[in-house]
Amino acid sequence: MLKIKNLHVNAAGRPVLKGLSLEMKAGEVHAIMGPNGSGKSTLSYVLAGRDGYEVTDGTVEFMGQDLLSMEPEDRAALGLFLAFQYPVEIPGVSTTTFLKTALNAIRKKRGEKELEPAAFLKLQKQKIQQLGMDPEMMKRGVNVGFSGGEKKRNEVLQMAMLAPKLAIMDETDSGLDIDALKVVSEGVNALRGPETSFLVITHYQRLLDYIKPDIVHVLANGKIQKTGGPELALLLEEKGYADFYDATEAA
Amino acid sequence: MSNAAIAPETLETIKALDKYEAGFVTDIESDFAPKGLSEDIIRFISAKKNEPDWMLESRLTAYRHWLTLPEPEWANVSFPPVDYQDAYYYAAPKTAAAPKSLDELDPKLLETYKKLGIPLREQEMLNGIAVDAVFDSVSVVTTFREKLHSAGVIFCSISEAVQKYPDMIKKYMGSVVPYTDNKHACLNAAVFTDGTFVYIPEGVRCPMELSTYFRINEAKTGQFERTLIVAEKKSYVSYLEGCTAPKRDENQMHAAVVELIAMDDAEIKYSTVQNWYPGDENGKGGIYNFVTKRGICKGARSRISWTQVETGSAITWKYPSCVLLGDDSVGEFYSVALTNNYQQADTGTKMIHIGKNTRSRIIAKGISAGKSNSTYRGLVRIAQKAENARNYTQCDSLLIGDLCGAHTVPYIENKNPTATLEHEATTSKISDKTLFYCRQRGIPEEEALTLIVNGFCKEVLQHLPMEFAVEAQKLVAISLEGSVG
Ligand SMILES: Nc1ncnc2c1ncn2[C@@H]1O[C@H](COP(=O)(O)OP(=O)(O)OP(=O)(O)O)[C@@H](O)[C@H]1O
Ligand SMILES: [Mg+2]
Repeated sequence: MLKIKNLHVNAAGRPVLKGLSLEMKAGEVHAIMGPNGSGKSTLSYVLAGRDGYEVTDGTVEFMGQDLLSMEPEDRAALGLFLAFQYPVEIPGVSTTTFLKTALNAIRKKRGEKELEPAAFLKLQKQKIQQLGMDPEMMKRGVNVGFSGGEKKRNEVLQMAMLAPKLAIMDETDSGLDIDALKVVSEGVNALRGPETSFLVITHYQRLLDYIKPDIVHVLANGKIQKTGGPELALLLEEKGYADFYDATEAA
Repeated sequence: MSNAAIAPETLETIKALDKYEAGFVTDIESDFAPKGLSEDIIRFISAKKNEPDWMLESRLTAYRHWLTLPEPEWANVSFPPVDYQDAYYYAAPKTAAAPKSLDELDPKLLETYKKLGIPLREQEMLNGIAVDAVFDSVSVVTTFREKLHSAGVIFCSISEAVQKYPDMIKKYMGSVVPYTDNKHACLNAAVFTDGTFVYIPEGVRCPMELSTYFRINEAKTGQFERTLIVAEKKSYVSYLEGCTAPKRDENQMHAAVVELIAMDDAEIKYSTVQNWYPGDENGKGGIYNFVTKRGICKGARSRISWTQVETGSAITWKYPSCVLLGDDSVGEFYSVALTNNYQQADTGTKMIHIGKNTRSRIIAKGISAGKSNSTYRGLVRIAQKAENARNYTQCDSLLIGDLCGAHTVPYIENKNPTATLEHEATTSKISDKTLFYCRQRGIPEEEALTLIVNGFCKEVLQHLPMEFAVEAQKLVAISLEGSVG
């Protein structure tokens, strides 16, 4: 479903990813852990197609297509979703309007009919309830005045509404309180299925107690340094990253 | 919003808005005044309209004063000196010298308005909005006359009002914007050709929205319209105006004067969707929109609210204002000014607080794209006797790209210590990150830009009547087309 081969990426002229390879199958949950500045968000941005990152080498195949040659909106239509580490605010555009616009834009690109307003609202209501969100928030500008945790929840709501094939979650757990973490994780688990894969970026093993990964990767110094099962996350929690890469090489 | 610069590819494509759908010319035979401006031309216009002597005299007085006035130079706009002799001051379709009923109207004119999205006939049938259609220098038709008449509302062209209601015209025309006010208003007082007169009697709530649709058609022709709205005690009216012009390489002058008068407990809502031809992507052509609009809240508890969406014109110079004379009167100004390419807009308002407990509210949103320049200029004046006056001003500027400019020039003159004045101003840029966020959700770049800009304007657009709000949103989208992607 996703095949990243030998990916090299420069940010502002400086190499950040230096030969990253990773493969995911449909329905799998992979976790990526790694020190600050190791390139986790960079990887998520490159996959989603953000400008400003220069791919100097490597390939990415997603759903059988050459992902790197596609526009961000086309990647979204193909089923790629990124829950941002730092979601943006869009004043004056209600979350409902935003979501309706997004969902219909994606449907249009896929050659599907626009969703009837009633059907949309029903779907939205159901997802809002599932995530324990206040429906009043949907009327406010996207993320405007939302608390850190509310923003993260709103990312998961959008993910649930757009029902992606691959959801990349960039530190969606940071900023969530214990209860929210549970609710959000349940929301994510409800989306799990044979067709849906998750790439979960996190610093904390705690999240992985709720969203059980199939595979855990350690990203450091621009590469996947180690890949293992859920036990790897526990090991990291205990020992830190030092054993997995040569920190002097990173600078 | 973050300040991260917009991507170079995006900038690269901030260019042509060649989507000006109103840019066509109607092929119709017109009657012109000889080219140029002189006392003879003014006599010509006055004779064409069969005006009484007092009207001609008032025009000539204004003209003589105009000759002595300097051009206003304080606005943040630049353009070569206007050659007043190189234009026609009167042009009218031969078939439409005086307003006719819809059945008598030249089909070409019906067709023109239909193409502009104002199907006069259907509108009449759908019982929608009453329209005064002004084509170059004349009002060609006003709809729903009977229905309005039976409610006691007068809705007719200003030329007709000069003939039929001379006492009201003498009493009110020039009472809010005297010919001495500024050079453009003075020229209008001398050469105005048509426009709309509205009178709402005491206690009447106007049964429908009133509107005027201004169309410039002929080349080298200026349009100088005059609108006068009088709302008697406890009356209410909502009035809309729209305007368009053909695409031409030349600059054409549009110098209008609008006067509003609200008596005790009366309310006037005045909305504008200004879509004059803005010029091409190189700044060639477009309308010079030099407009003086002012309302007076004469009576206690009266209310005047201006809402404007300015997307067109090469240059916009207008400051719809409120004189808050009556105690407890309220003035409001809601504005969206969108400039792209080489457009220049210097617009804002004046709120003059004279009565006690007067309140005013200003929400101004400026959006600049391309190489355009947008300035908000506002004055809040609290007179000595205006006890407990309050003003709230909010000016927000949104920049698209790095080559445009946005400026905010607020003036405050306060002579009363009990006044409460609040002012907020922000400038932001549509960041690369925000656009990316939308695109990641599947929204194409251009649609994302429109979504963000309409969100930015929401507080203003929601003050427009329903049908116009939808129109205005579309217009914002069209005006931004070509800005990205
Ligand atoms: N647009 C950019 N311009 C310059 N440097 C960048 C840019 N984006 C990322 N970097 C640099 O690339 C490196 C990797 O950043 P990235 O945000 O991907 O790290 P991360 O693994 O997500 O870290 P964290 O755990 O703190 O979120 C950092 O050194 C960062 O400063
Ligand atoms: Mg990160």
